[in-house]
Amino acid sequence: MDITDLTEVSRRIRLDTIKAIYHVKTGHPGGALSIADILAVLYFNELNIDVQNPAWPDRDRFILSKGHGCTSLYAALAEKGFFQKEKLLTLRQYGSILQGHPDMKSTPGLDMSSGSLGQGLSIGNGMALAAKLQNKSYRVYVLLGDGELEEGQIWEAAMTASKYHLDNLIAIIDANGLQINGPTDEVMQVEPIDKKFSAFGWNTIVIDGNAIPQILTALKKVKRVKNKPSVIIAKTIKGKGISYMENNIKWHSGVPNPQEYKTALQELEGEL
Amino acid sequence: MGIAMRETFGRTLQLMKDDPRLVVLDADLGSATKSLMFKSVCPQRYIDVGIAEQDMVGTAAGLSVCGMIPIVSTFSVFLVGRALDQIRNTIAYPNLNVKLAGTHAGVSVGYDGASHEAVADLAIMRALPNMTVLCSSDAPETAAMLKTAYNYQGPVYMRISRIGVNDYHDENYKFKIGQGEIICPGTDCSVIATGIMVPEAITAAKLLKKSNISLCVINMPSIKPIDRNLIIRAAKVTGAIVTAEEHNIIGGLGSAVSEVLSTTVPVPMQFVGIKDCYGTSGDYNVLLQAYHLKATDIAAAVKKAITMKNNM
Repeated sequence: MDITDLTEVSRRIRLDTIKAIYHVKTGHPGGALSIADILAVLYFNELNIDVQNPAWPDRDRFILSKGHGCTSLYAALAEKGFFQKEKLLTLRQYGSILQGHPDMKSTPGLDMSSGSLGQGLSIGNGMALAAKLQNKSYRVYVLLGDGELEEGQIWEAAMTASKYHLDNLIAIIDANGLQINGPTDEVMQVEPIDKKFSAFGWNTIVIDGNAIPQILTALKKVKRVKNKPSVIIAKTIKGKGISYMENNIKWHSGVPNPQEYKTALQELEGEL
Repeated sequence: MGIAMRETFGRTLQLMKDDPRLVVLDADLGSATKSLMFKSVCPQRYIDVGIAEQDMVGTAAGLSVCGMIPIVSTFSVFLVGRALDQIRNTIAYPNLNVKLAGTHAGVSVGYDGASHEAVADLAIMRALPNMTVLCSSDAPETAAMLKTAYNYQGPVYMRISRIGVNDYHDENYKFKIGQGEIICPGTDCSVIATGIMVPEAITAAKLLKKSNISLCVINMPSIKPIDRNLIIRAAKVTGAIVTAEEHNIIGGLGSAVSEVLSTTVPVPMQFVGIKDCYGTSGDYNVLLQAYHLKATDIAAAVKKAITMKNNM
């Protein structure tokens, strides 16, 4: 898929995300919108997966470690064809295949459950180790939040990935700089993220995580790196695509009112 | 005295090495848990994440969803304590096929003291939906249980003691999840025991015989699911029940048994176990005495239960 098409996919992911959250009146729009471009590139250009066979053993794996961002992941999975788009309007409702946080047993195309932060990188290590033990060539992609890096387990996993030379593991940090209690650099100093991972033995790349060409280039580059894991630090804008949500802490979770919703639709549909 | 249960754990792992799905994970305690014995025969499928229990459990989850069968082991106090959220959200909730071996359980750890002595692991693991909870009582049972847990599809927590006991099973012993066994029949009272308390219960039966008390001894290695039918049958036949466990009397075997009986055949009960306190340092035999976990303590509890029964 070319850049224009991927841009269109990311626009549709954002639109479906905000439609779902508005419809069910619950959800986390900010961190879902910041990762829409990364998800578009992963699901429509990068991941070697088969919609007809979601459990294909040789597929690439994806873990959304920052599970609260799942609405846009659900939108991407629907866009990809794992389930009907109408299901998005059942988000977080009783009996839905789309749980409040990712549940691999409920949602077709979902490789791993998440929701309790800090765990996805260890799980990704396990998947990458399995690929090595089974002599398989699939890759594992783990999308983390920058606030999530405050969890100690991330750094345990960072050491393990490095120790076992997991060059089939690619971590992507959604560095949107905001978390529930405030700007990430005020709540807890996680920067310099690149230097920290580098000190842990990782290959690091810093990009604009809302710029599709940069995401494409970074993913191409990291695949050439041997013997060590790679992390793409994707600087993003929380709430990206809806002007009043951008870089605004209050949209970590929350639902637009009817006027705000109208504005959101105009902005996202206006990008056509 | 039979060989230490952790030693059996290590030896059994070695015997299982030819299954390419098996991966053994360690958090720098393999020399104590004996999982290092697996490394010596199969280094490529032995993963040591260092002193990082949370990462170890998460890594096991990832291996599991890609078709491997991980056996995670460390001291039960650290496995259940430090990695509880990982076990809860990443293993039990998605119902992954990961085996969690908690070694050095209970006060029989001995000299290391309270920080290393798991007294609540059965209660914590039992309260997690999807989790199967097992507790081995001698060396042959440890081996049989590990193999059964490995071949079972789903998350299993297996509690293993550091020490050896007088083995009362032999290598022909067949272990089944959800099944207890009558070790010796009796009519006056039943003691339902798990782990290293089973040999103590067998000794208690011998002591009570001298007082003309006929004690039925039941080994209950499967804490969850528990053998409801056997518990109900024991209550009906003997009319009094004593539970014995090297664990807090809150939430473990005693609670599991009383949950069954209170809704079916309520009979007088007594609980032998750790009385809601932490362990301490010392020789393990001294500790078992200090925490009232010996055959004589079981015998005293049996007499109380029988008195209750007779006064009803």
